[in-house]
Amino acid sequence: MLYREAGQFKSTYAEDQQIFPIRQDRIALAVFLVFAFVVVPVIGNQYWLGALLTPFLIFALAALGLNILTGYAGQLSLGTAAFMAVGAFMAYNFVLRVPGIPILAAFVLAGICAAAVGIVFGLPSLRIKGFYLAVATLACQFFVLWALQKYGWFSNHSTSGVITAQQIVILGYVLDTPERKYLLTLGVVAVMALLAKNLMRSETGRAFMAVRDMDVAASVIGIPMMRTKLLAFAISSFYCGVAGALHAFCYLGTVEPEAYSLDLSFRILFMIIIGGVGSILGSFLGAAFITLFPIFLNLASSWLNEFFGIEISHAVVSNSEAIIFGGLIIFFLIVEPQGLARLWQITKEKLRLWPFPH
Amino acid sequence: MTRTSIAVATALISAAGFSGEVAAQAKEQFVPVNSYWVGPYAPGGSGIAAGMIDYFKLLNARDRGVNGVRITWEKCETEYRNDRGVECYERSKRRGPTGATLIHPLSTGITYSLIEKGTADKIPIVSVGYGRTDAADGRVFPYVFPMITTYWSQNTAKIKFIGMKEGGMDKLQGKRIVNLYHDSAYGKETIPILDVQAKLYGFQVTHIPVPHPGNEQQAQWLQIRQIKPDWVILRGWGVMNPTALKAAAKMGFPRDKMVGVWWSGAEEDVIPAGDAAKGYIAAGFNAPGANFPVLKEIQKYVYAKGQGELEDKSRLGSIYYNRGVLWAILTTEAVRTAQAHFGKGKPMTGEQVRWGLENLVIDDSRLKELGAAGFMQPLKMSCADHEGGGQVKFQQWDGKQWNVISDWIASDQKLVRPMIEASAAQYAKEKGIALRDCSKEK
Repeated sequence: MLYREAGQFKSTYAEDQQIFPIRQDRIALAVFLVFAFVVVPVIGNQYWLGALLTPFLIFALAALGLNILTGYAGQLSLGTAAFMAVGAFMAYNFVLRVPGIPILAAFVLAGICAAAVGIVFGLPSLRIKGFYLAVATLACQFFVLWALQKYGWFSNHSTSGVITAQQIVILGYVLDTPERKYLLTLGVVAVMALLAKNLMRSETGRAFMAVRDMDVAASVIGIPMMRTKLLAFAISSFYCGVAGALHAFCYLGTVEPEAYSLDLSFRILFMIIIGGVGSILGSFLGAAFITLFPIFLNLASSWLNEFFGIEISHAVVSNSEAIIFGGLIIFFLIVEPQGLARLWQITKEKLRLWPFPH
Repeated sequence: MTRTSIAVATALISAAGFSGEVAAQAKEQFVPVNSYWVGPYAPGGSGIAAGMIDYFKLLNARDRGVNGVRITWEKCETEYRNDRGVECYERSKRRGPTGATLIHPLSTGITYSLIEKGTADKIPIVSVGYGRTDAADGRVFPYVFPMITTYWSQNTAKIKFIGMKEGGMDKLQGKRIVNLYHDSAYGKETIPILDVQAKLYGFQVTHIPVPHPGNEQQAQWLQIRQIKPDWVILRGWGVMNPTALKAAAKMGFPRDKMVGVWWSGAEEDVIPAGDAAKGYIAAGFNAPGANFPVLKEIQKYVYAKGQGELEDKSRLGSIYYNRGVLWAILTTEAVRTAQAHFGKGKPMTGEQVRWGLENLVIDDSRLKELGAAGFMQPLKMSCADHEGGGQVKFQQWDGKQWNVISDWIASDQKLVRPMIEASAAQYAKEKGIALRDCSKEK
């Protein structure tokens, strides 16, 4: 009813090619962004901002990075957490060793370092694909963690190999509260999501998708294989690196290399599978599902206890949390193998035809 | 219509679930119990949490809490993961009338993540027998308490014990020791102190990492076979411990030459290894067994009424359970000390509990009153010294139970303390923290 595009005419190419061709989408997005930037920091408490939304945004950014590589360019990767680790440790080292460096510059440089590592470990993708490539990126996962633990330089010779992120200061403004850290994270994520969305609409993005759909055909029509694949690795790792830097600086504060284990790589892979492979929105939906849903299940049990007086043994709750979560993943994969983003797309299409579906 | 209303209702329920506010009531002291009941480390997490909660239940049932202030708690699952640990901390820090009393993060990694947050929120981060070693310097870390014994102190006691077994510290000259460690921040903590001690006593030390979770150790034991060490220090956690013991048995390395850290010395660590664990020695800061008066009281006041936390009652008196009881004693004694200063019968804030922790004295007579004589060591905290105890007992597994085989062995504070201070000073310099002047603290 509200979601109807009757009367919205496009008279120029620019109008036809804009990111959100439907007016309602543009308004909804603007309202949503205003809500996220202005209203949420006011109404949200420390728990919401510091423990739920900030990690959600950071993991969404990492999932977005992986989605560029796996979803758009079709290169399976299990090294996401390693790229995040590179970002986290290099951002720490840039701030530590380059006096007076602006924090955002450190984040970008850390992202570039991650991109460089990504290119190196992306080289095998020129020869192998699919599961074999996943194994090659697995090597990256182990190599990076080994290197971070082996060479004390990365952690400034800390005895236990952990780094403590420095204070974030932007133009003399200290970002030390959860609200400010949330705003910084949100700003970075919003800008980078916009860039990713645009990238996928550009020639580069189309080249990625051509490689994904059939690389032989892509090379026949003149898409340079090496450049495209390595570019996909570089951009993806850049996103993951920045996510890692945010993870260390805006969320955990003190991190050990162990935090970026293979387990995290898998979790990010699950995020894009659940959310939707090859979809920007899917990265966010998937990250929300994987990071927030277990916490919700956990809270819901204490809430059952409080309101209905049903007391469940905590061990049962903790274990059933994993069971329900796993069950839901399977349910979603059966009902909608293309992820939550596809569900949203179907809803949108139905709304456009409402009330006369055919 | 109905479908929409269901969707709206679901959304509302979700929002309510997340807001998670609990009505505040007076005369309550809230203690978060953040632990883990699933995953590879669940035996440790569930045992410790049960011990803590049972002791709180005992105090509430027998003494009506601490001077009439009831202890309340809430369990939160961290899965031994840093991000979940931070989430649990954020969730629990404002519960109860005065917020969280203190936090036991129950993981070295989570402790690291909470140091700055706890300091900013004025909530003590208490890591008993784990955590960041150099935080024992209270001048730099006002809100972090690696109580009783840090990893470094414990390590010096362990070398002392090995020296005793060898017949004197001078006999360590030329001996070979392998440090088999869990490759994480926790595992790596003792490398610097071992290197210093190796130089001091003239033994050779080889550090061999085992990647998480540690159920794959063939390469490591092959290396140990080549080194032919006199002693192996096992710095494991969870499933890594029985695996190491089995590998040692396979290789024929004598188990009574293996000394474990206290996270490698519980029933759960040795029973899965079966006979391979016989003779294995581990350090401990709490005694095993259910014969202490405090545990009998728990049986009388809590389990006799069917309110116990353990489903399997045979775990009562196990190492992890007793450790949880010990942590709960430290928690409530700190609250009691704070109440004596700030007003009896009032709930204490995190800041007041910090004062309580820094002025906490548990001497032998107090231990007797608590029914914990021999169960734990006496300790005395101060503003500068957030460790307090520093003694270790050693126990040996005979195939059925742990037997204590040494008295409290004091750690080498002359060696450890300067290292702690130097390391803390480096942290202070990096973070721009000014040292607290302890002589000005009341």
